Amino acid sequence: MENEALSNSDRRDFLVKLTSVVGGAGVAATCVPFVASMNPSSDVLAKAETEVDLTGIPPGGLRTVAWQGKPVFILRRTPDEIKEAQASNGGSDPEPDSQRVKNPEWLVVIGVCTHMGCVPNKEGAGWTCHCHGSQYDDSGRVTRGPAPKNLEVPPYHFVSENKIVIGKVA
Amino acid sequence: MKTKIINWIDQRFPLTSFVEHDLTGYPTPRNLSYWWNFGFLAGFVLVLQVVTGIFLAMHYKADVSLSFDSIQHIMRDVNYGWLLRYMHAMGASAFFFVIFVHMARTLYYGSYRAPRELLWWTGQGLLLLLMATAFMGYLLPWGQMSFWGATVITNLFRATPFFGDQVVIWLRGDFTVGDATLSRFFSLHYLFPFLIIGAVVVHLVALHTVKSSNPSGIDLADHDNIPFHPYFTIKDLYGLGLFLMLYSVFVFFIPDSLIEPANNIPANPMMTPNHIVPEWYFLPFYAILRSVPNMVGGVVAMGLSVIIFAFMPYLDRSRIPGGARHRPIYRVQFYLFMIDMLVLGFVGYYPPTDQSILIGQVATLCYFGSFFIVPFLSKVEERWLIKRGLPPEVMALIESEKHEISKKGGKL
Ligand code: HEM
Ligand code: FES
Repeated sequence: MENEALSNSDRRDFLVKLTSVVGGAGVAATCVPFVASMNPSSDVLAKAETEVDLTGIPPGGLRTVAWQGKPVFILRRTPDEIKEAQASNGGSDPEPDSQRVKNPEWLVVIGVCTHMGCVPNKEGAGWTCHCHGSQYDDSGRVTRGPAPKNLEVPPYHFVSENKIVIGKVA
Repeated sequence: MKTKIINWIDQRFPLTSFVEHDLTGYPTPRNLSYWWNFGFLAGFVLVLQVVTGIFLAMHYKADVSLSFDSIQHIMRDVNYGWLLRYMHAMGASAFFFVIFVHMARTLYYGSYRAPRELLWWTGQGLLLLLMATAFMGYLLPWGQMSFWGATVITNLFRATPFFGDQVVIWLRGDFTVGDATLSRFFSLHYLFPFLIIGAVVVHLVALHTVKSSNPSGIDLADHDNIPFHPYFTIKDLYGLGLFLMLYSVFVFFIPDSLIEPANNIPANPMMTPNHIVPEWYFLPFYAILRSVPNMVGGVVAMGLSVIIFAFMPYLDRSRIPGGARHRPIYRVQFYLFMIDMLVLGFVGYYPPTDQSILIGQVATLCYFGSFFIVPFLSKVEERWLIKRGLPPEVMALIESEKHEISKKGGKL
């Protein structure tokens, strides 16, 4: 009886496979919390929304606010700047100005260069990124590489005429 | 008494046999030149970095609101803190200098070829670990260069297919480089040097299995080897003296020469400095990254430019021993490659202009081109050299190697 069990190699092979699979699954499951612990913690996620009061920004004026630790450019555009932005579709990532603003007077874009994440500087019309020379127009659209895409428009909405919340659409 | 103690240990642990086999008595080719000093120097700098790092960690604080100030505290208030920090910061540069020379030596003499492929690959792994360690250490002072360097490099992972953005956030633990990033970089910056120590042990076990190569490229039979001690202990120590003189000049007279001035300004996530440059040891690779107009392409090219060395044992098909020494074409290629590296380094340092971008692109093509032509050139050169007639001692070696190979059944 005992001998029979010992010499049954099929049974042993099956048990080896089964325990290996269970053990492997256990190891994989144990990795999950470790990997997940490196994702943003709840306090980091909690700063995911920022409220901005727009009063006090003069026409043509730019304010930079922090949202999720990233700079967000809020540009109050003059009628001339609006006209210019609406006249073209930008450069290598064409997009009409109307799709990038909620109210043509206010441009809200994330101030992080889509190339490698530097913060572009406001220089004349539009922005210039000094890291590798990308340029953006007054709609935040890329007009000169190496940046591949337009400055990102964050999710935001107007809660009143002079107040926006960045981080939530409505 | 002493022999008694050693006997007692030897019965329980192979102390004497280990020391004799791998340290004092390790059979070493007697014709090693000073280019063979750099492996030992790398080990020395590793110890230096671990020791200065552990003492710095006693005073350093990994917290975005404290770390910049804790570096100032180390520089001004901690006894000899300035010395520890300068030794550590210059030590990182010294480490790369020594490793680059060590690798160039291996390339020149062709020591990456069979049977030393594993040695070459573990060395390649060590280079990657060293790069990761230095990159994470550079964030710790939390200056402008630290912050923007880490931002640009973590951003490269956006090139990951499908999950790019998530991977970047996961690496940083935040939407931008922040407190979570700083603490994890400190944790890993402490860990990685010990992984390096582990990898060095593997590297040395491989070395002691296949033994050192030597400038002639001819495997000197056992009767031409001499014991490591005292002949090479003294030679390594002499080299160490020279190295320490150079290192001291940097630490004591020009300690700021390799620290970017912008890193003395605290990190500001809302403003990028006008000119961001990586540390000098990353410049050639950074230049390759910038030379490719497409972002993903740039990241792939940069990764490849570091990894491509691993293919050398297969790319080089010549059986002429001794590397560049007996191979005129390969020698020219080697020097051209060194010049190309320097050009890339300069391009990486300067802000991009149309001209510097063009030079960078040509140099990048040359960089990869020089690897791609190795298989063809090495074969052509071998044929030419054999036709022209090799020096008799080299011919004899090729014959004896063929003999060895057939004896071992085609392997090796
Ligand atoms: C492979 C060896 C190592 C390398 C290449 C290395 C490299 C670096 C670099 C480049 C910096 C930035 C220096 C600066 O600009 O100030 C740094 C900082 C630092 N490292 Fe290391 N490191 C190594 C090992 C260690 C170890 C074992 C520790 C132990 C905990 C350590 C602790 C620190 C600390 C506390 C700092 C911040 C202080 C400072 O910036 O000077 N390092 N390291
Ligand atoms: S990060 Fe702006 S151009 Fe590269």
